[in-house]
Amino acid sequence: MRHLIDPMDLSVQEIQEMLDLSNDIIANKDKYSEVCKGKKLATLFFEPSTRTRLSFEAAMMELGGNVLGFSSADSSSATKGESVHDTVQVVGCYADVIAMRHPKEGAPLLASLKSPVPIINAGDGGHYHPTQTLTDLLTIQREKGRLGNMTIGFCGDLKFGRTVHSLIKALSRYENIRYILISPKELQVPDYIRTEVFENNNIPYQQVESMDEVIGELDVLYMTRVQRERFFNEADYIRLKDTYILDTKKLKNAKEDLSILHPLPRVNEISTKVDDDPRACYFRQALNGKYVRMALIMKLLGLEVE
Amino acid sequence: MNIDSITNGIVLDHITAGKSMQIYHDLNLDKLDCSVAIIKNVKSNKLGRKDIIKIDQDYSINLDVLGYIDPEITVSIIKDGETIEKKKVELPEKIVNILKCKNPRCITTTEQGIDHIFKLANREKRVYRCIYCEEDQKTTN
Repeated sequence: MRHLIDPMDLSVQEIQEMLDLSNDIIANKDKYSEVCKGKKLATLFFEPSTRTRLSFEAAMMELGGNVLGFSSADSSSATKGESVHDTVQVVGCYADVIAMRHPKEGAPLLASLKSPVPIINAGDGGHYHPTQTLTDLLTIQREKGRLGNMTIGFCGDLKFGRTVHSLIKALSRYENIRYILISPKELQVPDYIRTEVFENNNIPYQQVESMDEVIGELDVLYMTRVQRERFFNEADYIRLKDTYILDTKKLKNAKEDLSILHPLPRVNEISTKVDDDPRACYFRQALNGKYVRMALIMKLLGLEVE
Repeated sequence: MNIDSITNGIVLDHITAGKSMQIYHDLNLDKLDCSVAIIKNVKSNKLGRKDIIKIDQDYSINLDVLGYIDPEITVSIIKDGETIEKKKVELPEKIVNILKCKNPRCITTTEQGIDHIFKLANREKRVYRCIYCEEDQKTTN
């Protein structure tokens, strides 16, 4: 039985199979509309999340399956003190696959050690969020037609942003990618990403503080939110905050075929005026999230369509 | 100072000086009902000073605990007054319920009744990684 806990659990070939299946689902939706008939997905969300949970539920419904679950720990037996491993053993009696979000890091891994059905990590604290990584990979491949040979910029909070860390690690297995990391000094990527991912693998990267100086070099720009409370002092925040806001003026210097991604939710780091620019991919990215989750559910349940 | 040699039992030699009491506690040697000798600060050609523990009965020793606390230790199994086996311990690849994860965001801080498992992440730097949250923990030994 397979689980998906860490995006690196999947080989490059398995990821490609997942992306191929996602693309086939997008092209032939009717073909997949009953593949999960009679199957149930349990969404165990011990902390609230709108997009991820709804995306999982929509994915299962579009496959013809049913969903059950809870959307916060308050409405689960966790309030009575039930352990994660008891919860999954019980829910495993009722559902065929479980998507779990938990505020504690490692909770889905612990669940997978006891669960009678496949576990999908739908986010564990600041640790992993593998279905977001699969969504990002599908979006880059669909927008660029490839998953290598490009310059990719990551902008914003690169220290605490788990989606950034996961995507950097996943992309490190593809050829000829140059990374430009745009963030204030306080929010640069953690040391382990620099040493274990970039330096140990001789992957070229560059750290800059301003988006303006590099935006023209980028094929993909992955935006994240910079939260005011992450800055050590107000003066730095005021000095730097505008450099992390993408607007139409900054985009004038960008390539015609730039792809702008964002895991969402957005606050103000991308001006709403950018939404109409064809280079803005983030709403298509959210849609891709549903399709890649459909592919994942099928793979973990061992289901195929001729 | 003389400590009698043992007939059947175990000798833990080349313990880094000062660590014998920790080993005594972590191996739960205080629960044994046989004689246990702790010899501290013995002169050693190899280490300068070392500690030695002698356990006067056959005993299934947890080599992982020993390797984690002090990988320099040698373990001698004594039978009928003869050394029948010498074991060199080393840092174990995996340790179970020896360390507790210090990451307050880790599931092990709230979930009861589970094994606390760490895997060796860097032998040279003696770093162990929690299998759940993957936070590194450097051994202080």
